[in-house]
Amino acid sequence: MKGWRCRGVSFRYPEGAGLAVDSVSLDVPAGACTAVLGPNGSGKSTLLRLLLGTLTPAAGEVELDGRPVARWERPEIARAVGVVPQGEEAAFPMSVRELVAMGRYPHLGPWRREGDADRRAVDQAMRRCDVLALAHRPISTLSGGERQRARVARALAQEPAALALDEPTAALDVSHEMAIFELLRELGRGGTTVLLVTHNLNLAARYADRLVLLDRGAVAAAGAPAEVLTRETVERVYGWPVRIGRHEGPGPDEGAPQVIPLAGEACAQMAPAREEPNAA
Amino acid sequence: MRPLARLLLLAAVLAAALLAAIRLGAVPLSLRQVVDGLRGTADPTTVAIVRRLRLPRAVLAAMVGGSLAASGATFQALLRNPLAEPYILGISGGAAVGAVFAIALAGAAASGGIVAASALAGALLAVVLVFRLAAVAGRALDTRILLLAGVVAGAFFNACILLALTFADADAFRSAVFWMMGSFSSASWRSIGLLGGAMVPALAVLMALSRPLNLLAVGEETAAYLGTRVERTKLLAYGTASLLTAGAVAVSGVIGFVGLVVPHVVRMLWGADHRFLLPASVLLGASFAVLADTLARTAVAPTELPVGVVTAFVGVPFFVYLLRRRTA
Repeated sequence: MKGWRCRGVSFRYPEGAGLAVDSVSLDVPAGACTAVLGPNGSGKSTLLRLLLGTLTPAAGEVELDGRPVARWERPEIARAVGVVPQGEEAAFPMSVRELVAMGRYPHLGPWRREGDADRRAVDQAMRRCDVLALAHRPISTLSGGERQRARVARALAQEPAALALDEPTAALDVSHEMAIFELLRELGRGGTTVLLVTHNLNLAARYADRLVLLDRGAVAAAGAPAEVLTRETVERVYGWPVRIGRHEGPGPDEGAPQVIPLAGEACAQMAPAREEPNAA
Repeated sequence: MRPLARLLLLAAVLAAALLAAIRLGAVPLSLRQVVDGLRGTADPTTVAIVRRLRLPRAVLAAMVGGSLAASGATFQALLRNPLAEPYILGISGGAAVGAVFAIALAGAAASGGIVAASALAGALLAVVLVFRLAAVAGRALDTRILLLAGVVAGAFFNACILLALTFADADAFRSAVFWMMGSFSSASWRSIGLLGGAMVPALAVLMALSRPLNLLAVGEETAAYLGTRVERTKLLAYGTASLLTAGAVAVSGVIGFVGLVVPHVVRMLWGADHRFLLPASVLLGASFAVLADTLARTAVAPTELPVGVVTAFVGVPFFVYLLRRRTA
């Protein structure tokens, strides 16, 4: 697995005013964690869908593992990339185990029955995400954190070489959020390519090897966390005064850049906030 | 209980229902007489009752019940809507327009074959029309728009039926209304052959779609990421479930409630995995329709109740019981 490579990719929604993604070129290297950041409506989720082939770019090319994404069949890409989309709601009641077992579908096709290897993969995914004890609970009775862990478990059950997650920790409390990021780090060390869309700049700075900062559909900055999260860049993209600190440790993240948004008088000194982009 | 054992149990229930349907009626038959009648060794009257009247009627009821239940389960997953049922996308309306126009034009003398053919044509026309309505809105098939298009088309068809009935004479009016109430009384081996020809391949296609349908019920984007060719699956599921419904409506008129309730009952008892839900719905829907029709024939004999009345009178209390039991 060689990760993603994307060159000059643009996309416009039929009902959208401007380009949702505007000639983006970036690399998502294999075996590392790449985080995509950016304000609301900056094109993060759209970019993710372009990388995953559920949207087709109007211009430019997206390659996964050295082959255009458009040439991957859906079952084929599902065996290579596990995805945790932003939100979903099952139309009918279903147990956690049933949900996680769906991660085996791309390996099973329409007819083949679950074998021992499949059951092992499902159990192991549930254990890693700490939902094994919830296996027989209906999804609808889970808390937000439990549900999210079950969906990550489903992606892990695919046994993919790469994992793509769209805001996996939105609406989670600190411990559940940390548990997911720790899991991602562990997966990254095991050689999994991780592609993460998140709003949490500080956790991204600690856990990702590379950051891609989007602004109105275009790449504003990309590189190591310390190169991307500078005061000038963050203030320009988010339109809010910040100070950049360092993570004080203890722990493996000591020294990682941390963004501290300012308020009060520091706010008054800055130029009026920029207008919101319309693109979804 | 393992899924296979459950299916065997449901198959046994269906066999018992079929047997009861053949035994009960104006002339009650013993088990011995039924067996002899089936083999052709009984007296000619018994043979005629079994082979020409009750068996085809029971078999047709089973096939229609099974088709409607499978179609209902598919529409519920495709539209991600628990209220979906086989008639929700206007197929029954289209079929009724076809049937009513045939009856109104040819008078009460219109043969069953002509009415059925006309109903089938109306149903298939409705399937194509609703699909065209939904598909012009965008390139990808949006199931929410499909649902709206189906409901709107259904309302239009109802208006057409009312218009036709306004100008129909009393006899035609009566047979049109009877057709719309649904009945298995015109069952014949030919109608069984016609429906069977659609049912076997349709059920095979739906079974092949059962894993994609599981995923569609979770969400289209998720389904794509788990390896489903979403647009192709939606198209196939819509076409196949529609074909099943069209076939069922053409041979038996509009029989309500089977397609809505049976899949829900299976889900409540045994879960929502379509690999089990579809075959179990077929068997349970078939048993339900056979028993309902037997009750409709025998309850207030010699008058025959509309079978839709029985499916609702039996189905509603049972469904309510299941709902209450689950929420309690």
